Amino acid sequence: MTANAPSDPDQAVVVAGVGMTPVGEHWDVSLRQLALRAIERAQQDAGGLQPQALYVGNMFAPALSSQTHLGALIADYIGQRGIEAASFEAAGASGGVAFRQGYLALLSGEVDCVLVVGVEKVTDRTGPLVDAAIAMSVDADFEAVQGLTPAAQAALLMRRYLLESGAPADALAPFPLQAHQHAVTNPYAIYRRAISWTDYRQAAPVSPPVGQLDAAPMADGAAALVLTRRALLPRIDARPPVAVTGSAVATAPVALHDQPDPLAMPAGSLSFQRALAQAGATPDDLDLFELHDLFSIQAALSLEAAGLSPRGQAWKLAGEGVFGREGRLPILTFGGSKARGDAGGATGAYQLVELTLQLQGRAGENQVPGARVGAAQCIGGAGATVATHVLSRMEA
Amino acid sequence: MTEPEPAPLLRPVRQVGIAGYGAYIPRYRLPAREVARVWHGGMAGLPVKEKAVAGLDEDVVTMSIEAARNALARADIDPSTIRAVWVGSESHPYAVKPTSTLVAEAIGATPYTQAADWEFACKAGTEAFQAAIGFVGSGMAPHALAIGMDIAQGRPGDALEYTAASGGAAYLLGPAETSLCLIEASLSYATDTPDFWRRAHEKYPEHGERFTGEPAYFKHITEAAEGMLRGMGTRPSDYAYVVFHQPNTKFPQRIGKTLGFKPEQIAPGLLVPLIGNTYAGSALVGLTAVLDVARPGDRILLVSYGSGAGSDAFNLVATERLVEQRGRAPSTQSYIDRRTEIDYATYARFRGKLATT
Repeated sequence: MTANAPSDPDQAVVVAGVGMTPVGEHWDVSLRQLALRAIERAQQDAGGLQPQALYVGNMFAPALSSQTHLGALIADYIGQRGIEAASFEAAGASGGVAFRQGYLALLSGEVDCVLVVGVEKVTDRTGPLVDAAIAMSVDADFEAVQGLTPAAQAALLMRRYLLESGAPADALAPFPLQAHQHAVTNPYAIYRRAISWTDYRQAAPVSPPVGQLDAAPMADGAAALVLTRRALLPRIDARPPVAVTGSAVATAPVALHDQPDPLAMPAGSLSFQRALAQAGATPDDLDLFELHDLFSIQAALSLEAAGLSPRGQAWKLAGEGVFGREGRLPILTFGGSKARGDAGGATGAYQLVELTLQLQGRAGENQVPGARVGAAQCIGGAGATVATHVLSRMEA
Repeated sequence: MTEPEPAPLLRPVRQVGIAGYGAYIPRYRLPAREVARVWHGGMAGLPVKEKAVAGLDEDVVTMSIEAARNALARADIDPSTIRAVWVGSESHPYAVKPTSTLVAEAIGATPYTQAADWEFACKAGTEAFQAAIGFVGSGMAPHALAIGMDIAQGRPGDALEYTAASGGAAYLLGPAETSLCLIEASLSYATDTPDFWRRAHEKYPEHGERFTGEPAYFKHITEAAEGMLRGMGTRPSDYAYVVFHQPNTKFPQRIGKTLGFKPEQIAPGLLVPLIGNTYAGSALVGLTAVLDVARPGDRILLVSYGSGAGSDAFNLVATERLVEQRGRAPSTQSYIDRRTEIDYATYARFRGKLATT
């Protein structure tokens, strides 16, 4: 890990270009077409670098598109026949895991340019089929067989959290409220409207105490990044390069009941600490943190596992505006999963695209002023796989 | 940018009109709050106020006969001149054996008559209506009867259960000279769009959730309606009334606004809040409510929608005879006012939702 990070800035792994599609109901677009749209934009953004490998992050294609083998499928469709390609699945962490594989491939010296794409096509199926596909990320033998779904896992965690922290029933509202507020100015978001405390309190139950406004919408989308080493970066404009300075994936038991302290999210702590240590950064160095709010409880657990909030207090800090766009540590700056929309295994790629835009000052109305260092973290299941990356702006 | 090609409007050789029309809405009403109470603890947005429910002894045959008799009462014709009896529905009592022969027999149109059942989800009724224009307009038949009628199915607990209702309307088409309302032109727009379906031997339909909106209902109605306006050279303001297929309250209001119609053009034919979505009967029973109040010379746009998917648009103009003859049968409003509220348990019994074997 740390030992392998290049000390020569010219050898640093950098994001050369990013692209994404809006998250939404892309009924007239297929899985491979969605991937192509994001990839075309990323390649254009990267000034035409030629990738030697394609890594795909995806979790739903086998269940919802009856399609495996996405690496070759997409490589062919984007006109890159012959390159190395494969897809990576780690539930909601798939995008971050695929990105890490790209990073590792570049560090190994085997390749000079990697294309990473997170892509999901969820809305070709509806109702029970989608619910069943989503539930495939929990432990099939011991959880799903009992009817436990990710929403139910989140409900168990949220109930426990509210009990242990003594927080009121609507304690987690600031997370979705903030997410929706940030998404208003994000043209790629599925829900570009603000919500109120009243909306939150009156929302229909999903799996109590998880309400409709605690749960992110699952929808279609693709986000792509072109990675290379700094020395190979085309000089296309004056924008500062963004380096991958920390990268870590950690795991924990898939089944919630196998986690001694379910609220601790140990894989979140581990991957966050490893990524920051590799980047030589402390939490205070972070200008923003793109976390994974598939359910609002996950936002709180993620912050607390990372040590960015005392245990049981993240909801309070959120209510004080600490994590707002003008706060001490902005999170969900483009709306997060709740309002940008959650494209399953593509979420990690969306976060990294958004983080890159922030660090390069290209985030438009969503810009966090002066952002130089940021982290992105995506979560698979109830914290069973957590991928954390630290990106840093380099001197142009 | 060049103007889009004028849409290929359908016009018969000789002009056809509505010789008589009749609504039928069963008397029972299930409030939407009852469905919400049973399935969602009372916590749910309600797409309608209530829906009409057929009684124990009613089906698409009996309701079609009621509506057909109302249509005949408004017309001055000999039933034996009705050379086609066509019923469009999603709930024909038999899979094999026509509803239409039963209806034809009951109204005295047999034996020298064409009889057939139509199926195209919620536009089965306007399919029959449009075919009847051709039958009469070609000179093959003096009169043809087109009916859209349903006892709509919605799976208990499904979003459709709030709205899936019973009712519909019958239209007797004949030569323009003796009609209550002229049919100037029609237009059909159809694509293979799987938004809602019920497979053979299945009891309840399935649907693609929000997919039933944008690429299905809104797209097809928009194309058919705009095609009609372009073909006719008309504007929304040229119409006194517009009637759309009405699966819920919001959809027809939204499409009306998008197309440039005003709420007062839509309101008289918007029955869904009070009777629910009568599927193949939905747009057609909206039209009977409009014909009940229209004045001679009023122009009316009717646009149906059927899942699967397609829309039929009709350009209609009321005549003097409408006012003279419409009082001969019960008005649509009188059926709406004839109301007996039932609870969910009674609804479950009436509509066979309880397993008794």
